[in-house]
Amino acid sequence: MAANSDIHRTVDAVWRIESARLIASLTRLVRDVGLAEDLAQGALVAALEQWPQTGIPDKPGAWLLVTARHRAVDQIRRNVRLERKTEQMGRDLELEQELAVSKLDLDSPEDMGDDLLRLIFISCHPILPKAARLALTLRLLGGLTTDEIARAFLVPEPTIAQRIVRAKRTLSEARIPFEAPVGPERASRLSSVLEVLYLVFNEGYSATSGDEWMRPALCADALRLGRGLAELIPNEPEVHGLVALMEIQASRLHARIGPAGEAIPLLEQNRGRWDQLLIQRGFAALIRAEAIGGALGPYRLQAAIAACHAQARNPEDTNWERISALYDALVQVAPSPIVELNRAVAIGMAFGPAAGLEIVDTLISEPSLKSYHLLPGVRGDLLAKLGRFNEACEEFKQAAELTRNVRERELLLGRIATIVK
Amino acid sequence: MRFMLMTSNDPSVEMTPPNPEMYAAMGKLIEEMTRAGVLLTTGGLEQTPTRVKSFKGKIEIMDGPFTEAKEAVVGFALIEAKSREEAIEFSKRFWQVAGDGQGRIYEVFGPQ
Repeated sequence: MAANSDIHRTVDAVWRIESARLIASLTRLVRDVGLAEDLAQGALVAALEQWPQTGIPDKPGAWLLVTARHRAVDQIRRNVRLERKTEQMGRDLELEQELAVSKLDLDSPEDMGDDLLRLIFISCHPILPKAARLALTLRLLGGLTTDEIARAFLVPEPTIAQRIVRAKRTLSEARIPFEAPVGPERASRLSSVLEVLYLVFNEGYSATSGDEWMRPALCADALRLGRGLAELIPNEPEVHGLVALMEIQASRLHARIGPAGEAIPLLEQNRGRWDQLLIQRGFAALIRAEAIGGALGPYRLQAAIAACHAQARNPEDTNWERISALYDALVQVAPSPIVELNRAVAIGMAFGPAAGLEIVDTLISEPSLKSYHLLPGVRGDLLAKLGRFNEACEEFKQAAELTRNVRERELLLGRIATIVK
Repeated sequence: MRFMLMTSNDPSVEMTPPNPEMYAAMGKLIEEMTRAGVLLTTGGLEQTPTRVKSFKGKIEIMDGPFTEAKEAVVGFALIEAKSREEAIEFSKRFWQVAGDGQGRIYEVFGPQ
C-alpha cells in the first residue's frame, strides 16, 4: 500500500483534473455554486479518508461524483423534511429521476461540456467584482486551493477566502441562473470570461516579484482554461485569438528573464530560447480564428502582432509595417493610451522616429500615463534616434525616476551615460 | 511542468492489439485531454528507425531492420501537467483504454 502522503498527492492530482467537472455537474443538480462546491469538497474529504484503505478507484472522477451526488440528495431530503417546501419537493422528484438515469451512465461528454461552460460563465459573471471573478475562476475551474490563489496574487489567504465566500453568496442571492448566455448578452459575457483569463495570465506573466514558482503557474492555469474553452465553444474567433495570444506570449517566458532576474525587452531576447511548440500552437489557434472569420477583435489583433514577432528570426526581420497596421486596427476596436503608445513605437520602427514621436507627443497630457515610466522611456528613445540628445536625457531621467524596477532604472541611467559620452 | 508519456514495445509485456472500440475510446480520451487543455501534441514512431552512433569522432549510420527485439518507443504524448502525480493520472487513463503494455513518464526540460 502506498504511503499516506503519496495518496494525498494523487488525490490532489485527481482533484485538479476532476474538480471543475464535478462542481459543474453538481451545480446543475443543486442550482447553487456554493453548495455544489461544498458537496464536492465533502466528496474530496471522503476520498482522503477512504482511499488510503481501499486504494484509488479505477475511475476516481466518477467515484467523487457519485459520492457527492448521494450527499446532495441526502441534503435536499433533509431540507425538504425541515421546510416542506413544495418547490423543493418538485426538485427532489426531479433529482430522483436524474439520479435514476445517471446511475448506469454518468454524464455524457456533451453534458459535461455544457455544464463546464455554464460554470465558466457564472464564475466570470459581471455582477461580481473583477478580483472576485479571478479568484472564483481559479478556485472552481482551475482547481486551485485558496492558499495557492493567495500566494499567486500576493495577498493574505483570509482575503481570498472571504472574496470567494462573498462571491458565492452574491451569485446565490442574485439567483443567477446556471446557464450559458445566449442572444445579445452573450458577447459581453464572453468578453468578461476572456478578460478574466487574460488577467490571470498577465498576473503570472508580468510578475516581477513574489513567489517565483507560483506566478508562472498562473500563466499555465490561464492557458489550460483558455485551451479548454476553445474546445467548448469552437466557433468563437476571439477565444482562439486569446489562446493564440497566450500561447505566443508564453513561448517567451524563459527568454524574457535574464540570469539576474531582470526583464529582457522583446527585441533583445535570445530567440533561440523561444518555445517553438507554443509558437506553433499559437499560429494554429490564429488559423482557427481566421477560418471562422468575423470582425477582428482585440485578442486576435494582439495575437497577430505577437505572431509577427514570433515569425521574425532576427529582430531586424520584424515586419513593422504590418505591426503598425495591426495597431491601427487595435486602437480602433480597443482604444487606450497604452495601445496608442505601442502604436507609436511600431510606427517609429516602420516609418521613422519622427512619425512615432508625433503620436507620443499627443499622449504627454494623458492623465492615465502620468506616472507610466514607458512614456518618457519611449519618447527618450525616439528623441535619441532623432539626435535630440539633451531632450532624450531629460526623458530617460524622468523614466528612471518613475520605474519601480531596479534593473530597468540601471538600463535607463546607462543610456544617459552613453549619450553624455 | 511538461511531461513526455511514452509507450514502448517491450517484449515482456505484449501490447493489446488495437481494435475499433479501442480506437474510438482513444479518440474520446484524446478529445477529453485536449479539452482539459493538457495535451500539447501526440504522435507515433516508426518501428524501423535509423540508428546513429558517434564514437571517437566517427559517426556511423545504421539502417534497420535490426534483429534483436529490444524495447522501442512506439508512441508519445507531450502534456502540460501541474505535477508528476497529475501526469501519472493521465497515464492511467491512457492505459485503461490501451490495455496491456508498458510506458514511461519523463519530465521534459527546456527550452530554458
